[in-house]
Amino acid sequence: MRMSGAQALVKSLQNEGVEVVFGYPGGVALPIFDALFEVESPRTILVRHEQAAVHAADGYARVTGKPCAVIVTSGPGATNTITGIANAFMDSIPLVVFTAQVATHVIGTDAFQESDMTGITIPITKHNYLVKRTEDLPEVIKEAYHIASTGRPGPVLIDVPVDVSKGEIDYVYPENVNLPGYKPTFKGHTKQIKQAAALIAKARKPLLYAGGGVLASGAWKELKELAELMQLPIVTTLMGKGAFPEDHHLYIGMPGMHGAKYTNYSITETDLLIAVGVRFDDRVTGKLATFASKSKVIHIDIDPAEIGKNKAPDVPIVGDAAHVLSAIVSELRKMSAEPRTDAWMRVIDDWRARYPLHYHNPDGVLMPQYVVERIRELTKDRPTVITTEVGQNQMWSCQYTHIREPRTWVSSGGLGTMGFGLPAAMGAQLGRPEHLVIDIAGDGSIQMNIQELATAKINHIPVKIVILNNGVLGMVHQWQELFYGGRFASSILDQDVPDFVKLAEAYGCLGLRVRTPEELDAALLQAFEYDGPVIVDCRVPATENVYPMVAPGGSIDEMLGGIPGGPVSEMLDDDSLLEEVWE
Amino acid sequence: MPHTLSVLVENKPGVLMRVASLFARRGFNIDSLAVGVTEDPTLSRMTIVVAAEDTPLEQVTKQLHKLINVIKVQDLDPKEMTDRELVLFKVNAPPERRHEIIEIANVFRAKIVDVGKQSLTIEATGTGDKLLAMEDLLRAYGIKELARTGKIALARGSKDA
Repeated sequence: MRMSGAQALVKSLQNEGVEVVFGYPGGVALPIFDALFEVESPRTILVRHEQAAVHAADGYARVTGKPCAVIVTSGPGATNTITGIANAFMDSIPLVVFTAQVATHVIGTDAFQESDMTGITIPITKHNYLVKRTEDLPEVIKEAYHIASTGRPGPVLIDVPVDVSKGEIDYVYPENVNLPGYKPTFKGHTKQIKQAAALIAKARKPLLYAGGGVLASGAWKELKELAELMQLPIVTTLMGKGAFPEDHHLYIGMPGMHGAKYTNYSITETDLLIAVGVRFDDRVTGKLATFASKSKVIHIDIDPAEIGKNKAPDVPIVGDAAHVLSAIVSELRKMSAEPRTDAWMRVIDDWRARYPLHYHNPDGVLMPQYVVERIRELTKDRPTVITTEVGQNQMWSCQYTHIREPRTWVSSGGLGTMGFGLPAAMGAQLGRPEHLVIDIAGDGSIQMNIQELATAKINHIPVKIVILNNGVLGMVHQWQELFYGGRFASSILDQDVPDFVKLAEAYGCLGLRVRTPEELDAALLQAFEYDGPVIVDCRVPATENVYPMVAPGGSIDEMLGGIPGGPVSEMLDDDSLLEEVWE
Repeated sequence: MPHTLSVLVENKPGVLMRVASLFARRGFNIDSLAVGVTEDPTLSRMTIVVAAEDTPLEQVTKQLHKLINVIKVQDLDPKEMTDRELVLFKVNAPPERRHEIIEIANVFRAKIVDVGKQSLTIEATGTGDKLLAMEDLLRAYGIKELARTGKIALARGSKDA
């Protein structure tokens, strides 16, 4: 069929099953937007800033597992996507970003709104393309979606000059891709799998350490099967939250800088760390030399470059998490392996009882942790997606939510991008229309993409934004208090500026303010029931810090704040329970 | 310690930049880099010499593998490879000293490829050591300009399957 490049682009999106496009038009993008204008699907959502378009596509991908599309114009429209792309790259999120480009014959002449997008995005994309001929478009798009969503997922950028989208071709969408240099390893090595199973079968103090790779692979069923079969305690990283039900007795929290003490103690004491789809990030490991230093390590990841990057494993397994985990399970079944973690679980449960997450909750004061706990309790019986901004709000959300369903937790992990939560919530809401979507925000972070309230309102995307408004850049403030002598340089905001209730109203949304714990439940329930976007402005004290905390570069069992105890080595002497598993 | 990487890539625009920027991004300095098309015109071979310890280099080679346009990466064993470099020397050569220089060139099986009134241009190929030795000798006469290709290398025949 004869059609323009722009029409071919849209047709290819349809062929890829793309249901939603987040975009922002401009000069050289007009042919593409004109082609989108003709079709029912994909639906085009006009955002208010290109960064938000990428975060929205990112949120959509995190809850559905599928890449959608971002389409923006050249120059500033394209460069505005950079933070969003870098964020998706760090967290291995599949998405495809189309940037329009000046015409091929003026590329390289510093033309109006020209920027070298393929050059700029090499370090932050899984791959990128500059399409120079209209007839190459279908093949490039086919490849882009394939690359974005297979192996270790990631963002792919396609730069489309305006003459390419205006040119005409006979449209044929290729059935297959031909990428000789791209063949991800899915099946784990049989010998390594057997070795892993043997170690798991005989470990006395094993620990599963699961991350975003489990969600990317869709391996939560296999993970649960392994954990339950061998009664393995399990921690999930910030990126892995939701990979394992957090109300399960084997679940023992998120490790690392703001992990619970019992979580970090378990890592320090384990004798077999089974790492699945994780990358031993510094926020998890703290000081690498003391991280799980008594332990053998099995590392399962689809990306060979992650194996041994930070911590050398005893058993490296390159492969897809779902495949490898199910192979390990069947190997263990063949061996009739029995769980041996009874005593180990009692040790952990004892730590859990003695060193729970804890905060002071004085009468009449609305505490940020309490807000998160109430969100958790009030959404217990309804399908909910939680997104977060970045900073204290994010860490309290990590600590006090119980994510029970995979792909219902959306948070910026590796890049730590302020302004992520609201646009990501919009994407998540479009990906899961039946879910209640709540963005747990800070008053600093929310202001970085606050303009998206307009997008949410106009497109009927009923996200609920709960701001833990403490009038400061909380995490910066906390570090300044702890490590910079209380010199609060450039971290003081103002709880009353902006007036978030009026701001919500200015965008045609509902604005609610909560000053006391007594008012909280009613406001949250009103927000959840309201048919449209809502801001709930929760006034919380600026003095509250996220605890416990590992000082930057410290060992993860040496934590500040929380209930006194640790490091683990000092606790062992007076701990008779441990004796049993020690032998 | 210097490693010689032989990297087979798709012969497409921008691939050199993807490879080169990966080294820069991961904190490695490339000592030399030579690129040319192979027996298959859709493929190019890059020979990259980089000074690095084994462990960080392993991370770079793994990252190289991840580039979509990279097909194969080999860290060539110095004992199991054939490597060559080509150098052009433009040497100060007043008429009375020409014959000495030509003699040196002959010893190294190099060729005189241009003769000027006060200079000779010599083309020499060989391993890095040989060319370094030659450069040392020629320096006495004054090297006006020098250009080198960077090392190219292939695994020895015995390595073939």
